[in-house]
Order: sequence, then C-alpha cells, then structure tokens
Amino acid sequence: MTTTARRTPEPGTWLGIPVFPKAAKQSLQNAEQRKNLAHATGTIRDKRIVRASEVPEWEELRTAAAQIKDRVGRHLDQYLLQAEAAMTAAGVTVHWARDAADANKIVADIAKAKGVDEVVKIKSMVTQEIDLNEHLEAEGIAAWETDLAELIVQLGHDLPSHILVPAIHRNRSEVREIFVKEMGQYGRPAPDGVSDNPPELAEAARLHLREKFLRAKMAVSGGNFIVADTGTLVIVESEGNGRMCLTLPETLVSVVGIEKVLPTLADLEVFLKLLPRSSTGERMNPYTSLWTGVTPCDGPQDLHVILLDNGRSNVLADPEGRAALRCIRCSACLNICPIYERVGGHAYGSPYPGPIGAILGPQLRGLEGANERALPFASSLCGACNDVCPVKIPFTDILVHLRHKVVEHKTAKHPTGEQALMKGAGWVMADGKHLATVQKGSRLAGKMFGDKWIGPLPVPLAGRWLQARDVEPPPTQTFRQWWKKEHEGGAK
Amino acid sequence: MSQPHVALFATCITDTMKPSVPIATVKLLERLGCKVSYPERQTCCGQIMTNTGYWDEAVPTVKNYVRSFGEYDYIVAPSGSCVGSVREQHPMLAKHAKDESLAREATAVAAKTYELTEFIVDVLGVTDVGAYFPHRVTYHPTCHSMRIAKVGDRPLQLLRAVRGIDLIDLPKAEQCCGFGGTFSLKNPDVSIAMATDKARHVRSTDAEYLVAGDHACLMNIGGVLHRGRSGVKTIHLAEILASTEEAAA
Repeated sequence: MTTTARRTPEPGTWLGIPVFPKAAKQSLQNAEQRKNLAHATGTIRDKRIVRASEVPEWEELRTAAAQIKDRVGRHLDQYLLQAEAAMTAAGVTVHWARDAADANKIVADIAKAKGVDEVVKIKSMVTQEIDLNEHLEAEGIAAWETDLAELIVQLGHDLPSHILVPAIHRNRSEVREIFVKEMGQYGRPAPDGVSDNPPELAEAARLHLREKFLRAKMAVSGGNFIVADTGTLVIVESEGNGRMCLTLPETLVSVVGIEKVLPTLADLEVFLKLLPRSSTGERMNPYTSLWTGVTPCDGPQDLHVILLDNGRSNVLADPEGRAALRCIRCSACLNICPIYERVGGHAYGSPYPGPIGAILGPQLRGLEGANERALPFASSLCGACNDVCPVKIPFTDILVHLRHKVVEHKTAKHPTGEQALMKGAGWVMADGKHLATVQKGSRLAGKMFGDKWIGPLPVPLAGRWLQARDVEPPPTQTFRQWWKKEHEGGAK
Repeated sequence: MSQPHVALFATCITDTMKPSVPIATVKLLERLGCKVSYPERQTCCGQIMTNTGYWDEAVPTVKNYVRSFGEYDYIVAPSGSCVGSVREQHPMLAKHAKDESLAREATAVAAKTYELTEFIVDVLGVTDVGAYFPHRVTYHPTCHSMRIAKVGDRPLQLLRAVRGIDLIDLPKAEQCCGFGGTFSLKNPDVSIAMATDKARHVRSTDAEYLVAGDHACLMNIGGVLHRGRSGVKTIHLAEILASTEEAAA
C-alpha cells in the first residue's frame, strides 16, 4: 500500500486537547505565552475603548445591531430564500449544506469539476469550524491560507488561538523560525538571512503568497454578511489578500453561516461602523469588498455560495441561547476576557475560543462532549464581555442558562455528588431556621481554629481554594446571634 | 423625609463568616437616621445554586426572599453581587418554575432592593456619612457591583468624603479577581492566576487596606494577600463608612 504525500503542512489537532480546566492549567504554565497574550489583548482592548468612545451614538448603534440580528433570526426562513433568489438572479450558484460534511463535499466537488488541485483561501472562521482544509487535503486538493496569521498557523503545523489574530500566541522570532523552516517545502522559500523584523517577515510572506495568488484557479472564502434584498456578499479584511482571492481566480466559493444574512444595505452600514472599531480598534478596516453576482470579464466568472447550518438552527430554536447567533466575530469579548488573557485560545478546544466560544461551541456541537459541558463553566461571570459586545450578546445570562442545561443533562443519567451538595444548600437556604442550625457548625469550627487563619489542607474541594489562599477562621458568633443579643426578644 | 425603615439583607456569607460587615451596616444606617430591622427568616440570594446551574434548588430561596422582605419599603444589602442576583436572577428563576405570581412578587421586591451605597447616595441623598479612617486605602470595584448592580462611582463618592483617608487608585481595577463562586473550585488554576495578579496590583499601591463592596471578592484576594504575608488587610466598604473619630479615639 502506498500513502500519498501530503500537499499542505499537517495541522495540529483539537482532538488531543483535554477538557477546559486541565487544558487551561497546562496553558498557564507557558509564561512566555501569558506575557504575549496580556500585552496583545491589552493593546487591542485600549484601542477599542478609544475608537468606540469617538462615536457619540455608540450605544444606539449596538442596540440597532442587536435588533437587526434578532429580526433576521425571527424571519430567517424568509431572508434566506430572498437572499437565494437575489444571488441566483445575479448569476451565483447557491448551495445548501446541513452540516460540515455536506459543505466540505460541495467545495471538493466544485474543485474536482473544475479540475483544480489547489485553492487559495481568505481567512474564515466557518471553514475552520468545518475543518475544510483537512477534508480537501484528503481529496488531494491543497488549500493555501493567505492571511498572514493563518499562514503562520498553517506553516507552523499549529491551530488558531484567536478569532481575529489566530497566531496571537506566537512572537516574531517564532514566526521567523517557522518561515525559514517551512516556506521552502510548500513554495517559495523565505529570503536568505531574513530577520525577525516584522516588515521583513511580511515581505517574505508576500513573496511566498504571490506565486500562489497568480497560479490559483479557485478561491474559497467565508463571508461577513450577505445582503438579502440585493444578494450582495461582503468581506471585511485588513491585508488585501482577500481582495486578491476575490478578483484573480476564475472560481470563487464562499461558505457562509445562515445567520450572516442582513435584510438590506442600510442595515450593513450599522455593522460596518461597529465591526472594525470593536475588532481591530480601527475606525475603518483597510479592505471592504462587496460583490453582487458575476460581472462579465471582471473578477470570478463562476461564483458559488454555500449556506451552512451546522447546528445553527438548533441554536435559533433556544430562546435563551439564540442571541449567540448575533455574533459578528469581532473578538472584543476575547480581548477583554481575563480568562482568555491568561490561558489563550487552544484551551477552549475549538476554533471559537473565549466567551463566544464558551457560549457558541456547546450550542453548535451539543452537550455530548465533555469539553462542551465544561465550557459554560469556563467563566467567572465577571460580565466584561457583555459590556464590549457590539451586538449586545448577554454572555453571562447565556452561560448561566447553559450551565443549567449541563446540570439537567448530567443529572438526567444519574444523581451526582455536586447535585447532593446543591440540594443540601437549597434546603439550608430555604429558611432562616435551617441556616441558623447550620451556623452552629461554623461557630464550632470558629472555636476550634480560634484566631488562627486556615492554611493549606489536603481536603477535597476546599483544598483547591486553600492551595493559594488562607482563610480567616469563622467567627464564634454569627450576625444572627449578635442581632438577637442586641434586640432582646428577637427581631422586628 | 420621615425616618426610613430599612430591612437589612445581611447575606449568608457575611452573616456566617464576617458578621462585622452587617454589624457595621446596621450602625452606619442607624447613624444616618434609619430604623433598621433584620427579618430572621432571611437566608441567601441563591446565586451559588443558580450560577452552578441548579435552578430548581434555587427557587425556594427566591420564595424565602420574597416572604422575608415583601412587606418592607427598603431592603439594603452590603453586597453588589447579592443585590445583582436578586434583581437579575430572581424573576428569571420564578419564570423557570412557571410561577407567575412569584415572578411578579420577585420583580416587585427586587425593585425595592438596594446595594448599600445606592441606598445612601440615591435614597438618603448623602455622600458625606461623617466617617473617619486615617489610612492608606485602595478600592477594588468588584465585577457584580460594577456590571450587574451597576453602582457606578457611588462607592468612590462616599470614600472620597471620608476624613483622613488616603485613597490610591488600583491598577487594572476593573479586572475580575477570579473568585466567580464555584468557578474558583471548577477552574482553580485560572482562578488562582487571576487572584494572584489582583493581589500583585494591590501590593503595588502600598495600601494598608484593600476595600470593596463585596465580601466574597475580599475573601479571595485577602486569602492570597495573607498567604503571601503581604501585611495588606482587607476591609468592607461598610466598615470604613461606619468608622468614626469617636470610635477611633
């Protein structure tokens, strides 16, 4: 048996990553990454605040964006059919994909029908979600990432760790090493003597990618928005690699989640104001491409759009969880998140990290996987994400809702120890008399410890707290008792 | 305004673990001319169950809260987190239990529930409570006070008016300390990383005291400060506001 050599670098895999608390513990050991992330997220966070505060009607824009997205959700069936009709009339072939397998097969079939064995790609979250590159690789088709950070991730046999800056966990000397070692194996090598100076690294990437752009007959993109009434596709990007992919190849296939539809071009205006300021902290992103079907002799002459569900209908069906579908992938929630800042993206176990990953992943993929059940708990519920989200996703409400669903899922099979503890707490807190009884125990503990603080103890649960924190001993008199003594004859 | 009658919601954690906080709250409110009651039926806001996903177990707490406090005009608690839970989660839990009348009552009682500094600034209309605290202090705003209860700068208005206080800005004050209820047990390593960073920022201020409006956060940060033998003490906002020159003398 012969095995065909791979065309593209073998990527890292999400499969070996343990559930969040364990993966996070491993990530925390990486002091260099923690420093890089704290610096990078801190910088974007500060830029976002400045750019958002320049817009006097910022709050109204956020409200409008949330309302537009909610309206799209309420009438999604109509808007999708309207978008399909408009795109078809403009010369686009529209495909419907129920799941990742459907979408991947459609892309591969188009490539095969066109007789191409390689495609250039614009950075897209949805093709990460469906693992398109690996599917194409298995079909003998090479998918080349052309976004600089995605190129770093691809050449580094790595996984993306951020929605906007997928190589945020790499510093420039690592990038140089990757370029020097890998570029030559997949095309034009990095120039001799290239340093880790960012302009030199960018030039190396530009030269390496240029030959791929000029050679490619087919491009694959995602899509930030589809305008339903005109059938217009919209892509927002920073580097111009997208513009190359959208104009040079003969065939363009865009995989777009069904929630990306907007009713009209007027609605688009709201999002084009919110998105760059929220994501890169820029007033406007460098390249915004809009195209409506085929223009003879100009740009791609064969256009395909694949409308992908892949769990989105299930999210829409949950009234408490559906606001997650408002997401425009800006990553403001990642940059503000104190947990993402410390553990990075890989610990979340999917291309969607941070707060949005914690609410979207378990909803898209269901609660059968252990990590999907762990993700809703990967938050201290500090609420910083709620305040920066440009489409006002109520992250903490959805997290608490998903925690409840996880508990129902777990306890439906068999009773758990945690459930017993919580039932106990429920009984204690149902009546002041119950609480007073339990407080006898805390007072006894107070007498035992005296005024000595409690240090590390090898006990379950509390031991996790005591690893790093001392605890003041409980008092021998509760407030309840103090009040009784002060107000003889009881309260009121 | 005639003498306001306040029902104190002591909160289960300070009632049991840190009675000096509700005691200070009572003394402060009485000094400001309020009549204070303590309905003994009261327990907890239920957040520990709700936020861990045990909604059925939290519903009796909502019922108990409504029964304990329904008859009062003002319910005041020395915790933004517990007040936030009463306002944001109690009506939701009642709806979850499909109990419409409980949802109506919970919404009505929540509307009368105030975090301590909201009550002092908004209802009593006071920012100088006549406190005296001659110490170097840094203030941590706490996530739930800031983002759920939305107390704004009321705590700072009150602290700035305290005589003798030397109030130092806390670097990265708005970032979470990593407590997060059962988050600290389910994700202990991330929680500790966050608490350790917060403690480092506190120490960088050279403050004698770290003050906040939520005891749970103080337990978390204070636990790390104590383990590191930093010498920085934690104190609840109510305790500073209750301190007077006479008591100090």
